[in-house]
Amino acid sequence: MFRSNVLVCGGTGCTSSNSEQIIEKLKEEIKAQGLEKEVNVIRTGCFGLCALGPIMVVYPEGAFYSRVTPEDVPEIVSEHLLKGRIVKRLLYQETVVDDSTTKSLNETTFYAKQMRIALRNCGVINPENIDEYIAQDGYAALGKALTEMTPQEVIDLVLASGLRGRGGAGFPTGRKWQFAAANKAEQKYACCNADEGDPGAFMDRSVLEGDPHSVLEAMAIAGYAIGANQGYIYIRAEYPIAVKRLQIAIEQAREYGLLGKNIFDSGFDFDIDIRLGAGAFVCGEETALMTSIEGKRGEPRVRPPFPAVKGLFGVPTVLNNVETYANIPQIILKGADWFRSIGTEKSPGTKVFALGGKITNTGLVEVPMGTTLREVVEEIGGGVPGGHHFKAAQTGGPSGGCIPAKLIDTPIDYDNLIAIGSMMGSGGLIVMDETTCMVDIAKFFLEFTVDESCGKCTPCRVGTKRLLEILNKITSGNGTLEDIDKMEELCYYIKENSLCGLGQTAPNPVLSTLKYYRDEYEAHVVEHRCPAGACKALTNYSIEADKCKGCTLCARNCPVGAISGSVKQPHVIDTTKCIKCGVCMEKCKFGAVVRK
Amino acid sequence: MQKRISNLPFHDTPEQAQKLDAVIESLKGQKGAVMPALHQAQEIYGYLPIEVQEKIAKGLDVSLEEVYGVSTFYSQFALTPKGRNHISVCLGTACYVKGADKVLERITQKLGIQPEECTEDGTFSLTACRCIGACGLAPVMTVNDEVYGRLVPEDVDTILAQYMA
Repeated sequence: MFRSNVLVCGGTGCTSSNSEQIIEKLKEEIKAQGLEKEVNVIRTGCFGLCALGPIMVVYPEGAFYSRVTPEDVPEIVSEHLLKGRIVKRLLYQETVVDDSTTKSLNETTFYAKQMRIALRNCGVINPENIDEYIAQDGYAALGKALTEMTPQEVIDLVLASGLRGRGGAGFPTGRKWQFAAANKAEQKYACCNADEGDPGAFMDRSVLEGDPHSVLEAMAIAGYAIGANQGYIYIRAEYPIAVKRLQIAIEQAREYGLLGKNIFDSGFDFDIDIRLGAGAFVCGEETALMTSIEGKRGEPRVRPPFPAVKGLFGVPTVLNNVETYANIPQIILKGADWFRSIGTEKSPGTKVFALGGKITNTGLVEVPMGTTLREVVEEIGGGVPGGHHFKAAQTGGPSGGCIPAKLIDTPIDYDNLIAIGSMMGSGGLIVMDETTCMVDIAKFFLEFTVDESCGKCTPCRVGTKRLLEILNKITSGNGTLEDIDKMEELCYYIKENSLCGLGQTAPNPVLSTLKYYRDEYEAHVVEHRCPAGACKALTNYSIEADKCKGCTLCARNCPVGAISGSVKQPHVIDTTKCIKCGVCMEKCKFGAVVRK
Repeated sequence: MQKRISNLPFHDTPEQAQKLDAVIESLKGQKGAVMPALHQAQEIYGYLPIEVQEKIAKGLDVSLEEVYGVSTFYSQFALTPKGRNHISVCLGTACYVKGADKVLERITQKLGIQPEECTEDGTFSLTACRCIGACGLAPVMTVNDEVYGRLVPEDVDTILAQYMA
C-alpha cells in the first residue's frame, strides 16, 4: 500500500505540454527524498479539463494541481508529499475555498453538472494496467453476458436501453446488432470506428487513451451477441498514444484469457486486431471504413446492401463508434432501466462533448442528454473569455451546423439538434464569439470537405467545389445576391444526390449559417463589409488622427512597414502595403486604430 | 489535395532494404495488407518513393496500380521526402477559430515555402494538418515530435530559430 497516489494526466493534451517530463521529474525527486515505497506515481487518461493542463492530482487529499511545470515538481514533492503541506499557489483556484480548506473536484462548476459513464475511468485508472480496470468491475459485464445470458438476451437488453450510436447519426445500436445477428454466416465481424476525423473533436481518443479495456470488453460482447469471433479497431494514425495503449490493452487481455479462445470457459472465441487509418476523413463513413480495412482506397459503397448483410470482406459486420462501445459494459451490468433513467426519452444516456474554440474551460465534458447548450457553455465551460460575447456554437463538424445565441436554451439531444438544422455529430462543440465571421466559417468547412471528398460521386466532388468558389467570391467582396440563391439551390442538390454521408451533409454548414445569419452574407454582398471583421478583402485598417498620440508602437510592430509618421504626430497606414494582420490594432493603447 | 511527387533520385541502404523485405514477408497472404505495408515502409524510408511501392506490389502480389491508388488516396502517405525538421500546423476548427491561419502565414513568410514543400537546403518541410487533438492548447504546431501550443504568430520566430542552428 502506498501512502499517497499521484495521478498525472497522460492524455494527448497534457502530454503535448510536457506531462511526460513531469512524471520523470516526479519519480526522480521522490527517489531523491526516499519516498519511493510510500508514494505511487500513475499516468492516467484525460481528466477533461485540458485548458488547465498539465494536470496532477494527489490522493488521498484530492489536491488538484493545474498548469504544472517540471520546475514546480521539487516543491510539490518536498512540501506536499514529504511534509504534507499542499502547495496552494499551484492548485486549480476553483477548488480553493479559503486558506485552510479545499473542495473536491466534483463540486467545481466544471464537474458538478457532468455525469460520467463513457469517461468514468478516464483520469481515474492507469490505462496500461488491466488489473486497475478489473478492480473497477472491468470485464464483469463480459463475464455476465457469456455465462448468464444468451446472445439474444444481450441484444434485447441493448435494444431496451435505447442506446443510440454516438458517432453522429444516432441509429439504435440494438437494432444494428439484431440485423447482423439475424444474417446467418460462417464468418462475421464486430468492428470499432475510432477514425475520429471531425476536426476539433477528441472524445474517442480520450476514451481509448484513458480506458481502452472498456472498448475491448464491449467489442467482445458485441461479437458474442451477433456471432462474430474477430474484431477490428480502425483508428487514426494521428493518435499514436491511443494506438500504443490499445496495443498494450489487447496484449494484456489475451494474457488474461479475456480475448482469444474459450473466454470464461464458455466456448466463445474472440480476438481483436488494430488497423491504422492514414488521414482520410471519408473513412469515418462506415462503408468507406470497411473498404479501407480491406486495404483499398477508402471509397464508400452504395447501400444497400448494409454492412449488417454484406460488410467487411463481404460478410455481416457490426460497426460501432468508440463512445457507443464504452457505454455497453455499464448497460449490461446496471440494466436498461438505469440507462433509461438518464437523459431524455428518445435519447437516453449521456453524451461526451469536446469543448473548444472561444471558451474558458476547453476540454472534455460528459453530460446527460437534454442538458441545455447554456449549461454546457456558460456553467461547465465557464463562458466566453476576453470580454467577448457568445455568438454561436458549432456542432457536428463539417457535417453539422451552427446553433445561434438565441437558441442557447435548446436541450441537446439528437432530435432537437436535427430540428434546428445542426446535428449531434461525434461531439465536437466549437464556441464562437462576435469576432468570428459565419461566412468565413462556412468557407472553412467547405475547404475541408472539398479536400476530403473522395471523388467517387459527382455531386460531392464537383458540387462542393462550386460551392466553395461561390463562397470565395462572396468573402472577397465580388458576390451578388443571386449568388446566395444559387448557392442555396446547389446545397439542396448536393444533399439529395450524393452517395454517402460526407456529401449528403457537406452543405450543412452553409445552409445553417444561411438560415440564421443571412444578414451577414448580405452585408458581404451588398455593403461589401464583413461585420465580424474577419474577411481580409473586406476590411481596412486606419488610424483616427485625433486619438493617435504618436507613440510609434504600431509602426514598430507592423511586420510590413506600412505605418508611417513621426514621434508625437498622428500616424498613417498605407493601405497598399497593409496585409491586414491586425497587429497595430492589438498594440495600440489608445484605441486609435479602427477596422472598417 | 493534389499530391506532389518527388523528383529526387532514390537511394536506400542495405538495412532499409532488409527491413522492407521483412515487412513484406510478415504481411504476405494477409487480408488487406497494402495499408499496413505502406505505413511500415514509410516508417523505414520517411516517405514512399515509387521504387518502394513497386517492391510492395511485387511482394504482396497486387498490381502497382492498386498500391499507387492507395498511397495517393490517403493524406498520411508522403510521396516526397521530409526535411530534417518537419513542421506541421494544425488547421482543425478549434485552432482555426483561435488564429492558426496567421501562424501558418508567418511560417510561410519566414521560410519562403508553402505547405507540402521542403526548403531548398532540406532544413524544414511544412504541412498543414487537421486536428492533432490537442484542442485545449489551440492554436498548435508541431516540429518533429515537439508540440508547441497557445501560439501567437510572433512565437514562430523563436521556435524556428531553435532549429536553424
